[in-house]
Amino acid sequence: MASNKHNQFLEGSRAISLTVANIQPDVISAYPITPQTHIVEDLAKFQADGQASYEYLRAESEFAAASIVLGASAAGGRVYSATSSQGLLLMMEVLYNAAGLRLPLVMTIANRAVGAPINIWNDHSDAMAMRDAGWIMLFAENHQEAVDWHVIAYKLAESLNIPVAINVDGFIITHSHENVIIPDKKTIKKYLPAYQPKLGTYLNSQQAITLGGFFTPEHYWQEKRQADADLKKSVNTITKAYRHWKKLLPSPIALKPRFDNGLVEYCGPSQPKTLIIAMGSMSGTIKEALRDQNQVGLLKIRSFRPFPGRDIARFAQHCQQLVIMEKATSSGAYGPLYSDVMAHVPQFKGVSSNHIVGLGGHDISVKIIHNIIKSSRQAGLRFW
Amino acid sequence: MGKYQNHHLTPGHNACAGCGQLSAVQAVMRALTADTILVNATGCLEVTTTAHPQSAWQLPWLHSLFENAAPVASGIKAALKKKKRPTKVVIQAGDGGTYDIGLGLISGMWERGDEILYICYDTESYSNTGIQASGSTPWGANTVTTPTGKNSSGAQQNKKDMMSIALAHGLSYVAQSTAAFPDDISNKVKKALATPGPSYIQILTPCVPGWKIKTDETIKAARLAVQSGLYPLLEYVGGQLSASSINNNFQAQPVDNYLLMQGRYRHLKPKEIAQIQNIADKNLQIYKI
Repeated sequence: MASNKHNQFLEGSRAISLTVANIQPDVISAYPITPQTHIVEDLAKFQADGQASYEYLRAESEFAAASIVLGASAAGGRVYSATSSQGLLLMMEVLYNAAGLRLPLVMTIANRAVGAPINIWNDHSDAMAMRDAGWIMLFAENHQEAVDWHVIAYKLAESLNIPVAINVDGFIITHSHENVIIPDKKTIKKYLPAYQPKLGTYLNSQQAITLGGFFTPEHYWQEKRQADADLKKSVNTITKAYRHWKKLLPSPIALKPRFDNGLVEYCGPSQPKTLIIAMGSMSGTIKEALRDQNQVGLLKIRSFRPFPGRDIARFAQHCQQLVIMEKATSSGAYGPLYSDVMAHVPQFKGVSSNHIVGLGGHDISVKIIHNIIKSSRQAGLRFW
Repeated sequence: MGKYQNHHLTPGHNACAGCGQLSAVQAVMRALTADTILVNATGCLEVTTTAHPQSAWQLPWLHSLFENAAPVASGIKAALKKKKRPTKVVIQAGDGGTYDIGLGLISGMWERGDEILYICYDTESYSNTGIQASGSTPWGANTVTTPTGKNSSGAQQNKKDMMSIALAHGLSYVAQSTAAFPDDISNKVKKALATPGPSYIQILTPCVPGWKIKTDETIKAARLAVQSGLYPLLEYVGGQLSASSINNNFQAQPVDNYLLMQGRYRHLKPKEIAQIQNIADKNLQIYKI
């Protein structure tokens, strides 16, 4: 695949598809939905041009695409799919199932609003709908993070038997161009050897297994408890896998964070009065808005599931104001990110506020961020 | 165990006494080689054979969801192709998973042309959830969602023609059988697996609680379904109807014998039985029996 370790100016979707091709999955299946389309179009073309040797299956719906990669994974294949919005919601039953079956699916979500009203632009409503499905959920701020996460995702999925979703903001990342380093096959292979699950863990006639049997109450809760424990424990694996990968593929960063363990990244003063917590591409805009703010820091959540509660508590508990900005609602309650954060900072004594921003592609400007900071002495939930 | 080791489905499952489906499954299993992966839709077969930590299956077996056995099998086949493994893939599902909730996904699999054998065990209702009507439920049948009453004499829709839907997809092998003819089932499974591309077999499997028959009447009901002309043994090779050996000695019986032994039809009046006789008569013409 045409790629190298040099900086290239690429569309986000192109950067992702080149990376996925270099990871060399066995089976890819997808169904077209904006803004995910460029990724799967590229992957189809690479195969058509003989540059890639994966099986590419056209599916008649996202539900079918997810089921196809589930089956391929159960048969011992490395798999990939990508979707957005309504497509992700249509997949939902399969997503829970894949996690329950402990199958290492990897999927890109080009985050987009969920209708009605129908809207093709970016927010995180789709991702939040799969919050409890049992997947590792990673969020990228920019193209390079998106590329890095895809390689790391396979390492996590295949070593932990937990499916991984990489969230990239629709249009903002998928359709914009940025400088990015695409890892070549050789670099990836050093980190991620060819996938060969052990006999007795996948569908193979040499050692027959029953996968997806019927669990009575006596066994069901134990299986769920185990899955929950494994997902929580994966925080350590994520940090290790992230650091290992960045050693193999260092990339230039505009603003060196004060702290970064793969789960969270902190930029700002050592003891901020106000801490903003956010995910995805808006982190870039927030960093820009904080250039002239010496008492405000940004804690970027890179891993939403597992939720890095311990890291958040460490950064949040000594602040006066906690500002949680998020691109999704949980209608009738606080935003999902806010609720998770507050559950992990029982010792926080300051003022916390929840800001719902960027819904359906609504612009998040530096001015809005400044106004949010100004309003942060007032608790509660606000839409911007 | 020795006696059963080639049967792929061991004794000890939890199906009802006299279950027609489990008899048919045994006939299917006798036709499979050890290098076969089974994909199961949600339903009686999955529930009665895999109560964790036990399993009655000796072949690699996967159950994902109710409706997605077809695309899951497509994915398995794709991974096998990539790894150059010649393993056969066989789907087992009920009529609810086939005629209703899984239909669009089956169409997608057939369109892709994946070499997968799809077997539908047809109980003509959602047996596992307590005998609700499905797209396969025949006209006049009493189910809990098409109950008889002052204003109703059972299901008012006709059984969906799944065989024609399969044929419309250009499948090279499409067949129909019933639990009363295990050798016919085994032969058809072997033929299907020897045919390139996707294939479809549906097998009528009487359901003791669903049809309200006695536990020793399953085979009798499955035989009368054929003899009445309501569920003839059929086989289409390359889209062409081919003669079936059992049909050579066929002597049509009135549908009364088949209907009146079943509780689900016991409410029918002579006029309604005559309507069902018309369906059987038409079948005899269509299938040139």
